[in-house]
Amino acid sequence: MVNENLVKDVVKEPYKYGFVTDIETEKIAKGLNEDIIRLISQKKEEPKFLLDFRLKAFKKWQKMKEPDWAGLGYKQIDYQDIIYYSAPKQKEKISSLDEVDPKLLETFDKLGIPLTEQKKLTNVAVDAVFDSVSIATTFREELAEHGVIFCSISEAVKHHSDLIEKYLGTVVPPSDNYFAALNSAVFSDGSFVYIPKGVNCPMDLSSYFRINSGDSGQFERTLIIAEESSSVSYLEGCTAPMFDTNTLHAAVVELIALDDASIKYSTVQNWYAGDEEGIGGIFNFVTKRGKCLGKRSKISWSQVETGSAITWKYPSCLLLGEESVGEFYSVALTNNLQQADTGTKMIHIGPKTKSTIVSKGISAGNSINSYRGLVKMGTKATGSRNYSQCDSMLIGDQASANTFPYIKSQQPNSEIEHEASTCRISEDQLFYLQSRGIEFEEAVSMMVSGFCRDVFNQLPMEFAAEADKLLALKLEGSVG
Amino acid sequence: MQSKMKESDPILEVENLYASTDNLPILKGVSLTVYPGEIHAIMGRNGCGKSTLSKIIAGHPSYNITNGDIKFLSENINSLEPEERAQSGIFLGFQYPIEIPGVSNLEFLRVSTNARRKFLNKEELDTFDFEELVKEKLEIVKMDHAFLSRSVNQGFSGGEKKRNEILQMALLEPKIAILDETDSGLDIDALRIVAAGIKKISNAETGIILITHYQRLLDEIKPNYVHVMSDGQIIKTGESDLALELERKGYEWTDNFIKET
Repeated sequence: MVNENLVKDVVKEPYKYGFVTDIETEKIAKGLNEDIIRLISQKKEEPKFLLDFRLKAFKKWQKMKEPDWAGLGYKQIDYQDIIYYSAPKQKEKISSLDEVDPKLLETFDKLGIPLTEQKKLTNVAVDAVFDSVSIATTFREELAEHGVIFCSISEAVKHHSDLIEKYLGTVVPPSDNYFAALNSAVFSDGSFVYIPKGVNCPMDLSSYFRINSGDSGQFERTLIIAEESSSVSYLEGCTAPMFDTNTLHAAVVELIALDDASIKYSTVQNWYAGDEEGIGGIFNFVTKRGKCLGKRSKISWSQVETGSAITWKYPSCLLLGEESVGEFYSVALTNNLQQADTGTKMIHIGPKTKSTIVSKGISAGNSINSYRGLVKMGTKATGSRNYSQCDSMLIGDQASANTFPYIKSQQPNSEIEHEASTCRISEDQLFYLQSRGIEFEEAVSMMVSGFCRDVFNQLPMEFAAEADKLLALKLEGSVG
Repeated sequence: MQSKMKESDPILEVENLYASTDNLPILKGVSLTVYPGEIHAIMGRNGCGKSTLSKIIAGHPSYNITNGDIKFLSENINSLEPEERAQSGIFLGFQYPIEIPGVSNLEFLRVSTNARRKFLNKEELDTFDFEELVKEKLEIVKMDHAFLSRSVNQGFSGGEKKRNEILQMALLEPKIAILDETDSGLDIDALRIVAAGIKKISNAETGIILITHYQRLLDEIKPNYVHVMSDGQIIKTGESDLALELERKGYEWTDNFIKET
């Protein structure tokens, strides 16, 4: 076929974030048992309720079986061969950024997330997480003036333990699923956000997760609470070095929105995806869920999933409050031997609740890309509505796309609408664009962004541009 | 007039071109030379190789040139990518313009126009300047501004698609335009608009190849030459009255030429 050479030239485009930071780290021994959990908890100087929370979760996890219903193909994970705590060695107490190891600051600089006072992003507050610990959180004082708490979850455990005790595990209970139980037992760090009543968070909040170590898992835990009539937009980015082994990332994210509160949670996931033969890459097994507890509350998930060897996640909404709103906008792109099984669950419990699902899956190479979603109307969800649209785009003839929409309605006075489509970038479409002077690669990326436009429109501005570029980069050389 | 044309170098030279797709020979020795200011019409039965010839000149990846050359402005372009050909001034008006969902027509036209402008060392246009330019060109094809915000060709009627092709041609200002059955499926008004658009871009510097089945387009735009194709070859070349004769006698008449040769 045409352009075959071109394809070969660009397919080698390296993963930009694949470097390793050479830094002295403190790691605990491999393996998972009660002692390890006690050790993690001790290192983080946690109160007893949290240790109990972890131990209970661990007991549950031991009785659970790793799920296999998604039919994902991967070598069995040896949970005893993972390091559950790894942190760069630092001074005991860091009072300012000046005391942070310059190597760490340099790492985040290289990732495009400058943290120092002079260089930090001006419109976004950042919590930077490196392996198991949070390195720095910017704009804390400014946010505190508005009563907004934005810090690592480890700090929140120390300084806001009442909130942690009240909310942790209330959206995703430890027994929810195998990986949530594992996370609840060993979670290391992540972000904590609290928006007080009536406050619209003055800037976007963002967490950047960096896996650096090759043999330790990352078990991030994030909790966001939006009190009555408050609002926040939160962004999450992730990258990891290139290793030829697989690294497990099993995160839990919980969102809680009270009356009239709104949370917008956006992810650009670009974990290392493994090489063309499928060697290495992150296993991204994540539980993300939001609870629309209050009346007219709103939780909106938007995600651009381009990385990871395997992505297995369903950011979901429990719509309890009357007239609450759940949204899920997703672009999942897989190439080479990547596998993605992603979608959402919209559980309508309260009356007049509304949900929207827009999912765009793009599969290239030999990858498998599945949308799996559940829309459920409970007995009290009278007058509730859902609209789902799931579109797949195939690039090349070796990739596959699946759609598994599950619909359960116990409420006759509710509406569920589902649309699905599959398309393929055809040679004729490419030729048409090329014959108008548009370069081959640009033609592909124009068509892919066109396909994803509904979702990109939902992303915060800076993210949308980044997502567009990221997709173009990921797709280079996948058509031929 | 014609003798003056010949003084300059040809825009396009197709020399003894053989081409195939999936090892099936389609073109069997086509030669055609277009000088600046000339309008050529190519006629012939469906399947005779007219569309293939146009696609090969534009660089369609499904066809292999097995023998012969295509020269554009005296340079051999056999191995150029389609986008390089387009940037340098070859335009193909599609018989069936392709729908591209999600890609806005405006953005498509702008990226395309800028690719050509870049080649010509002209300044690339931002959204505002492009809007100005496109507004003026929309007049030519009598298209509403609303066309620009729709996805490329998606949900366009047959006539709208063809007018969109002429709009692209007007924006790209090609050196040579090959219009593959741009007139088919058009009502009389649309045909007049398309013909007016073609006239607008044709000048002493450009060449035009009209692939058509119908005399009615050639009534609007009088060609300098008419070529009749059959089974992958040009079997007869004449002046504009050849088209009239063909219209009267039908393609069966041309079968005799093959017997003669």
